Amino acid sequence: MSILESLELALKNIVSSKTRTLLTMLGIIIGVAAVIIIVGLGNGLEGYVTDSFSDLGTDTLTVSVMSRGATRTIDVEDMYGIVEENSQYLDLCSPTAGMMGSVKIGSDTTSTSVSGVSEDYLAIKNYTISKGRNLQYSDILQRSRVCVVGAYVDQAYYGGSAVGQTLRVGGTSLTIVGVIEQQSESLEEGGADDCLFLPYSTASRLSGQISSFVVTVRSEDTLNESKTALENALYSFFESDDFYTVTSMAQMLETMTSMINILVCVLAGIAAISLVVGGIGIMNIMLVSVTERTREIGIRKSLGAKERYIMQQFVIEAAATSALGGVIGILLGYILSSAASVVITRAMETTLTVAPTLGAVLLAFGISVGIGVLFGYLPAKKAAKLNPIDALRYD
Amino acid sequence: MRALIEFQQVCKYYHMGDSTVTAADHISFQISKGEFVAIVGSSGSGKSTCMNIIGCLDVPSEGTYLLDGRDVGQMNKNKLAEIRNELLGFIFQQYNLLPKLNLLENVEVPLMYAGVGKAERRRRAMESLERVGLEDKWKHRPNQLSGGQQQRASIARALVGRPAVILADEPTGALDSRTGREVLALLQDLHAAGNTVVLITHDNSIAVQAQRIIRLEDGRVVYDGPSDAPEAVVIPRAARAKGGAAL
Repeated sequence: MSILESLELALKNIVSSKTRTLLTMLGIIIGVAAVIIIVGLGNGLEGYVTDSFSDLGTDTLTVSVMSRGATRTIDVEDMYGIVEENSQYLDLCSPTAGMMGSVKIGSDTTSTSVSGVSEDYLAIKNYTISKGRNLQYSDILQRSRVCVVGAYVDQAYYGGSAVGQTLRVGGTSLTIVGVIEQQSESLEEGGADDCLFLPYSTASRLSGQISSFVVTVRSEDTLNESKTALENALYSFFESDDFYTVTSMAQMLETMTSMINILVCVLAGIAAISLVVGGIGIMNIMLVSVTERTREIGIRKSLGAKERYIMQQFVIEAAATSALGGVIGILLGYILSSAASVVITRAMETTLTVAPTLGAVLLAFGISVGIGVLFGYLPAKKAAKLNPIDALRYD
Repeated sequence: MRALIEFQQVCKYYHMGDSTVTAADHISFQISKGEFVAIVGSSGSGKSTCMNIIGCLDVPSEGTYLLDGRDVGQMNKNKLAEIRNELLGFIFQQYNLLPKLNLLENVEVPLMYAGVGKAERRRRAMESLERVGLEDKWKHRPNQLSGGQQQRASIARALVGRPAVILADEPTGALDSRTGREVLALLQDLHAAGNTVVLITHDNSIAVQAQRIIRLEDGRVVYDGPSDAPEAVVIPRAARAKGGAAL
């Protein structure tokens, strides 16, 4: 008796008791669908985060200086010197000075983010100027009271004609010399386009502290070497590694991605529990089925079925039930994933899509078949071991 | 001529809790190829035990059972399954057809376990159904047929593997007397065509249809001879003591 004949027999049995089979498969269906949706959601999330980070630039390193006002600190000239020395790895550099004071435009006080930067900052961030001009080296040198603003500030407060206007930061009047091209899809308060950049030299005179530096690398391929070179240079400058940290966007992306992956694994693990529960359901029904079909087993044995044929028949039936559940679960998972994508996109105005991967689908299917075989084994063993005389007498 | 079935001092014990029941007590007989033998006995006489051992569903506790010269007592379960498939054709009181399969598929089952290919299986199963006159009912499920037809289908199934022995366990037990006679006539036809038929029954009137009767009582052989001898149908001693109601 071949595997194919066993499969044919199994399918006949499955078809002949549809309701029971469907109920048996339910655990597997739910488990597989849940795993597919969760893994798909994780993928979507990962893609979303990757996109967002690559906007920020994965070729940049950020040096945070920790000990403001402590005995040792690094000034802008020293930092430029370090970048110069390691010019085979490092390219552009800009300090960023965080500002506390609020921005006043006319009589409005805004929550616009303010940073003191160098003339290279916009290039580092891949921002382009849509109107007016960028900050210039001369602005830095002269500590000019100028600034460039994001598209939101331009549109919301000046109706698109911000260049040449003035605003006040921490009581100091600044002239807007340029507007940055729109970054995010929609302009909103507190968004990426609600920003203001002024020369770091001006900022440090206005109470802004230089808290970090942004450095770009020559090539993303040598990101790790570049980071090491920068760290070594900083170490020899500070003679300690307590005063600075170097982080790369690429590394942060990796960290985020691995965190998302861990989260997805945990959630998928929880979903997988229902696969196990489903498997136990299959085992339960198969045990009942063995009892119900005791007489059939007796007849088959009397006609010459060896233990392994009986075993094969029941294992294949369990595996087929489970695999069928897996297929239905995969379809359900796809349908629900598409639905979730639509809902998430509508509700949260993001481009997050729930994208099931082929790997997850194959894995889910493989696991469901495996569960069928695993949990079908015990009932099949029971069936195979039945004594034909007792089985024939069974009513 | 070598015996097809040979019982040599076969004993079978069952353990029921602390006590041991002797179901077969040193039974010896031989059945040759082409014979039509009835094994008769009342309930508890050991005829079911005999039938299980002959049918290779069970093995003797003691003694030797040779089927076609092979010592069945020494075989493992898989080997026994093979022997059942190859050498034995079963006919049961309750027909024991598989309810989810049609007649043709039912008749095919022994061939499936013998590893016969699909086309060949179909052909031989159909032949077998023709032999019992059910060829036009091959598509029917067992529950769409009368008892007599189901029993004929089960005979077709028993024949399909061309077994050395056809083992019929109370084949008329669930049938009315007319269809019972038809089934017996079919068995006699099979015997006339050269098959070896062993009939297990409690009913003397059925048993006398065979050539030879082996009567069992309390696990022992009390008569072994031609069915037309007057002693063949004599009321068993034990039953006579109870008032002769057994007949």
